[in-house]
Amino acid sequence: MLESYLRARLKEKQLLLMTHIVLGYPTFEDSFKIIEAMVEAGVDLMELQIPFSEPIADGSVILHANQKSLAGGATVKKCIDFAEKVARAFDIPFLFMSYYNILFKYGVDRFLSAMTEVGIQGSIVPDLPPEEGQDYLEAMQKYELSPIFIFSPTTPDERMKYLASFGRSFIYCVARKGVTGAKTSFSEQLDRYLARCRKATDLPLALGFGVKDKADIEFLKGKADIAVIGTQTIRLIDKEGAEAVGGFIKSLRQLPGSS
Amino acid sequence: MIDRGYYGRFGGAYLPEILVATFDELVDTFENAKSDPAFWKEYTDIMSTYSCRPTPLSFAENLTGHFQGARFFIKREDLNHTGAHKANNVMGQGLLVKRMGKSRVIAETGAGQHGVATATMAAKFGFECTIYMGEVDVERQRPNVFWMERLGAEVIPVREGARILKDAINEAFRDWVTNMDTTHYVLGTVCGPHPFPEMVAYFQSIIGKEARRQILEREARLPTRIYACVGGGSNAMGIFSGFFDDPVELVGVEAAGQGLESGQHAARLSSEDASIGVAQGYKTYFLQDNDGQMKETHSVAAGLDYVGVSPILANLKETGRVRFEAATDREVVDAMSLTMQKEGLIPALESAHAFAQAFKEAPTLSKEEIVLINQSGRGDKDIFTVADAFADPKWQEFIKNKAEAYHA
Ligand SMILES: Cc1ncc(COP(=O)(O)O)c(C=O)c1O
Repeated sequence: MLESYLRARLKEKQLLLMTHIVLGYPTFEDSFKIIEAMVEAGVDLMELQIPFSEPIADGSVILHANQKSLAGGATVKKCIDFAEKVARAFDIPFLFMSYYNILFKYGVDRFLSAMTEVGIQGSIVPDLPPEEGQDYLEAMQKYELSPIFIFSPTTPDERMKYLASFGRSFIYCVARKGVTGAKTSFSEQLDRYLARCRKATDLPLALGFGVKDKADIEFLKGKADIAVIGTQTIRLIDKEGAEAVGGFIKSLRQLPGSS
Repeated sequence: MIDRGYYGRFGGAYLPEILVATFDELVDTFENAKSDPAFWKEYTDIMSTYSCRPTPLSFAENLTGHFQGARFFIKREDLNHTGAHKANNVMGQGLLVKRMGKSRVIAETGAGQHGVATATMAAKFGFECTIYMGEVDVERQRPNVFWMERLGAEVIPVREGARILKDAINEAFRDWVTNMDTTHYVLGTVCGPHPFPEMVAYFQSIIGKEARRQILEREARLPTRIYACVGGGSNAMGIFSGFFDDPVELVGVEAAGQGLESGQHAARLSSEDASIGVAQGYKTYFLQDNDGQMKETHSVAAGLDYVGVSPILANLKETGRVRFEAATDREVVDAMSLTMQKEGLIPALESAHAFAQAFKEAPTLSKEEIVLINQSGRGDKDIFTVADAFADPKWQEFIKNKAEAYHA
């Protein structure tokens, strides 16, 4: 379902936009407003991060958002209830992003069943390689959800194929080494990496980590299918408040040559 | 991924994709070293010429007389270079770093012992070195911070989360995912993703190998019980592993902090407060809430103040091979005090947990029995904490005068 949605959209647009937010940051009311503004500005799909106390793959901006959301009283239950509200209110696909312990403690099957019920279409779990994810993968299949796997520049070709064999709907390609929030150079090297990803799978490719402005989006056209904006919007919220998000996303969309 | 390292239902390698290739290289290097007979010899050579191995086994005559129970023997890991068992692991991993051709090492540290050991190894082998340490621990282990910096390491105080050991581990991983081409992460204990638990246990097994030989040579029989403190579990695994096949009771002692009922503790295997989870790349018992968020822990000993515990020990708890107990901050300071006065030994606050539990149980044992305590480190580093615990007036005056002198 998610994959056919993406493919249909890709017939109309060269590059789709996926945004990432941390649920409950700064508050759940703000999260709702931010999502509303993003959908309104033409975002094609969104990842909703359920905060975790030890987000090992995230840099300081997203780490702090996780910590503040938890300090503000965010719980897994509140995040799931909130997801139900937004999935009903907005007509784009939503994914969960979180670390494996959140699913594990909730009960993997119970968590995925709740995802299905509230209308979340897939999930990204950055610390769960397929080797450790047998229960998760079986339940994802049972509920017809999309497990999104990650390629990185250090992933050998063979392993990319192996990972793709478990992924559904699209692959999340991490642009560089490091955690979220650091600078990425949009260079020839990135070109070559994306070409390697493309060879390893027929699934659409999302590129994330360090995508921050029009120029980056422009660079990715024709190379990736989905651009992922994460840290940059959280930075903007920190600096200018939740209201600034809509304008920023629109500015990425209003490009000469983009439809 | 080459191998995932499970112990019963614990362990594994829950890795972000960016690190999988680095771990494959590490597993490969470690496996090659292990199967190379020259490697263990190279390792024991360096430990006997650069550190103080074999470390002695001391008969604690006065403590034995004091308790009128079992005979106490103490394995002296405090006599390692840099003052703790941490050197065993660090020098071993240093040799692997040379094999991998990397030029920089990073490490987390709680008590600062692992940080000092890593900074020392880096100086000797010519590696660049960065140490991550929670801000709370930087405060309470200042002497070790001073030495790490003098040894040429950069010490980065970690201000995230609870600002203790687990947060330092997270930051070290964040560094590693960026710099893995040049950098090896010298994890300090038998935790984390495979191969760390196995690899650190392998290097620390030198403690148990020596201790078994020493006690048999001296007493011609095995101890009844062995006590070791458990932070991540490396000194405990080190000494226990020498006796797994023997009829010897193994006792791991965790930090009961202000008491198990208080919630202010770091007892993962000896309390009902922990549950199985996955964090920092491995599956084990964690002190966490029902949502899987990690809780704050407490111990007077920075090196035991950790939310997780070795997956190998979690499994040994389930199989019943190791018994787990906990000692409170108060019991630990008292045990340290008694050991100093009776034996002239200054155990680290971490190690004093093992002494405290042995003291609780000794009177129930007969005089023919032998108890072995692993003194994982020496207590000099704890001078500020211990001075506070004793509210030592002369020390306070000294500090005041010192502060004034800096003002002048
Ligand atoms: C002297 C000493 N003992 C014990 C520990 C706890 O670690 P582990 O349980 O890995 O031996 C530490 C950790 O810093 C330490 O410095």
